[in-house]
Amino acid sequence: MKGLKIIVLAKQVPDTRNIGKDAMKEDGTVNRAALPAIFNPEDLNALEQALRLKDQFPGTEITMLTMGPGRANEILREGIYRGADDGILLTDRAFAGADTLATSYALSCAIRRIKDFDVIICGRQAIDGDTAQVGPQVAEKLNIPQITYAEEIVAADDKKIRVKRRLERGVETVECQYPVLVTVNGSAAPCRPRNAKRLMKYKKATGKSERANNEALEKQVAAKPYLDINEWTVNDIECDVNQLGLAGSPTKVKQIENIVFQAKEAKVLGNSDAEIDDLMKELIANHTIG
Amino acid sequence: MANFYTDTPELKFHLNHPLMKRIVELKERNYANAGQFDFAPADFDDAMDSYDKVLDVVGEICGEIIAPNAEGVDHEGPVCANGRVTYASGTSVNLDATRKAGLCGVNMPYRYGGLNFPTVPYLMAADMVSRADAGFENLWGLQDCAETIYEFADDDQKQRYIPRICEGETMSMDLTEPDAGSDLQSVMLKATFSEADNCWYLNGVKRFITNGDADIHLVLARSEEGTHDGRGLSMFIYDKRNGGVTVRRIENKMGIKGSPTCELVFRNAKAELCGSRKLGLIKYVMSLMNGARLGIAAQSVGLSQAAYNEALSYARDRQQFGHPIIEFSAVAELLATMKAKLDANRTILYETARFVDMYKTLEDISKERKLTPEERDECKRYNRMADAFTPLAKGLGSEFANQNAYDCIQVHGGSGFMKDYTCERLYRDARITSIYEGTTQLQVVAATRYATTGFYLSMMKDYAAQPVADDLKPMHDVLDRMTAEYEETVAYVMGKESQEFIELHARRMVEMAGYTIMAYLLMLDASRDAMFRRSAEIFLKFARTQNAQRSIFIKETDTADVETFKVK
Repeated sequence: MKGLKIIVLAKQVPDTRNIGKDAMKEDGTVNRAALPAIFNPEDLNALEQALRLKDQFPGTEITMLTMGPGRANEILREGIYRGADDGILLTDRAFAGADTLATSYALSCAIRRIKDFDVIICGRQAIDGDTAQVGPQVAEKLNIPQITYAEEIVAADDKKIRVKRRLERGVETVECQYPVLVTVNGSAAPCRPRNAKRLMKYKKATGKSERANNEALEKQVAAKPYLDINEWTVNDIECDVNQLGLAGSPTKVKQIENIVFQAKEAKVLGNSDAEIDDLMKELIANHTIG
Repeated sequence: MANFYTDTPELKFHLNHPLMKRIVELKERNYANAGQFDFAPADFDDAMDSYDKVLDVVGEICGEIIAPNAEGVDHEGPVCANGRVTYASGTSVNLDATRKAGLCGVNMPYRYGGLNFPTVPYLMAADMVSRADAGFENLWGLQDCAETIYEFADDDQKQRYIPRICEGETMSMDLTEPDAGSDLQSVMLKATFSEADNCWYLNGVKRFITNGDADIHLVLARSEEGTHDGRGLSMFIYDKRNGGVTVRRIENKMGIKGSPTCELVFRNAKAELCGSRKLGLIKYVMSLMNGARLGIAAQSVGLSQAAYNEALSYARDRQQFGHPIIEFSAVAELLATMKAKLDANRTILYETARFVDMYKTLEDISKERKLTPEERDECKRYNRMADAFTPLAKGLGSEFANQNAYDCIQVHGGSGFMKDYTCERLYRDARITSIYEGTTQLQVVAATRYATTGFYLSMMKDYAAQPVADDLKPMHDVLDRMTAEYEETVAYVMGKESQEFIELHARRMVEMAGYTIMAYLLMLDASRDAMFRRSAEIFLKFARTQNAQRSIFIKETDTADVETFKVK
């Protein structure tokens, strides 16, 4: 069978797993300067699933797509070191301040430009927002089916894939024809390490924003075009600018509070409706929800 | 994210040694490789940056994959069934990770699919892998054998085998037999040439073969019928794809349990001659051994590092009498001494690695063009230095690894004697380092001539002539006295004009030389970076007293004592 065309969606996130004292600013927002920027962990699980398809079907092409500032090129390089073929960074002031809706809109517009793909694979959610919305919204906007909570792509051929989903109460295996979007759980296989030769070859790969005013880097890319990482601005995709960035984001942050957890013990509930009803009332009363 | 490279700044210090500039220039043929291979470095900084980045990958794999798997591998171990070996599940995961990371054939040339790394960064990887799991280092480190194929096999064999090794196929070196351990001249495995099939067939038994079910084997066998010594032995390449070798059993060992130690049965196993007939032992094994010994020196350093780290973290956590035990001077001294021995072992390891890089790279270049007379001298000089230092790095280093593993348990107290802590595995794993690839006693045999001919002394004087920071002058004075004491002591032994008397004191002389040289190297390291100051001072005190003790022992014996020590 011929190789597949795969797009992996990835995000550069602040490393919220090792929070220090200065992780939050006074105003309750994330202090990005104090947290190292990393490859979102579940996006690495997603990349590994893509790489396994590539191992299985030579000729498969993996393109990584991310949105962010110039430094997000770091995760594209990371992905290329691990075996992705190339990367695209969506970067523009117009994308800034996007919530999940505006993000998925921008990503879907970029994917429409890429056009030719069989599978889109992304992490279930990012560790900064934890929404798990972007993957499903991209699928909806592209009007393609989606398989969420994937743990393993167990089989694939030139028409369809079979995916094992890890759900709360068990495992479900489903099949779907291409094109399809898959979101991958953290319980999936960890991503393979960076490859030494690819690292040595692509360590100087840069996007044009990183090369600005750096003649040496420009010369390198001119001599070796494979060192260029694609950067797309709002002008490179067909889109409605009103649906991008802050303008296209209906999510408004009303208030941010610092919470110090008081309760030390877990609460065990029965499965009667009354008990769940009580819990809901308690959560509404203390403003956890609503 | 645990990373064994970034958490040990000593590695980067040794990587950045001034001699590296020349080594890399030679290794990269003045950076002419960059035009041909898209991942070859364009200049020195580019090369060093690549080593640094690849070592970062190794450090991450060690910290995140190999070290967490080590306990499971130790418990599970490999199994042998139907003549084949299956690795412990963690070992397979480790191998998969190192293969996908492209960490195979690390020091093989680009044209065969290797990374063309010098020995120095290659051994740094081995150092970290050993710290993560010393048993796994044996499997991963056997890629060293590719060097024998590269140096001695013909072009066709190189083309067929080296790329496979760079892709991650595993290797073994099949030397030992039930009656041929340290004495390899007694190897009996029979190689017969079949005129009909125009190939060699191997028949016989090998024992204690690390990773004996490997894809590609180097086999020492007797090709000259009727001979009984080393001159009748040749080196062969056996490819598992051809069949003919089965694993009869695997040994139940004290340590490095993840590494299968196999008894192999060769039944008409088709093999190819590697290099020339009759040079198997006298040339190829000797060369193979020196590389393998340096590998064990790296394994010793990695184990010492692991032992030190385990002891340090336990001593900081464990409270007694209301204080962490690290605050008690008896414990602190143990830790400081462990670190000093570790740093001493590491500095002589990378010094030796640089010597190896210099002479091997020049030798390799001599196959492409004629060396200048200066280069030829340089090659010879570094070759001699490498041969002189390898038994010190391996012999004394493996003893330090054992001492550190012992002290690591001591710091843990009663808990260290239980199976619950990593230290007991380190203790078991370290034990083999002073035995295989030549026991400490055999390292002493290899090193003795450099003591008796004044070679070590001349090295000490070279080091003494190097400039050091002013505040290190008092250390330099002590080293001057130690050098004089060493010279005097060796002269006393030589004055007796008795081979047996030399043999009686060989270990003591070699240890004195080794300790002095390590102390010089640590002083020079401290002069470049204050990080080594404490270890330099402590090691000097240790070395000074160890040497004084040996000097007294030697000078208070006479040739008559040779008989006193003979047990019958």
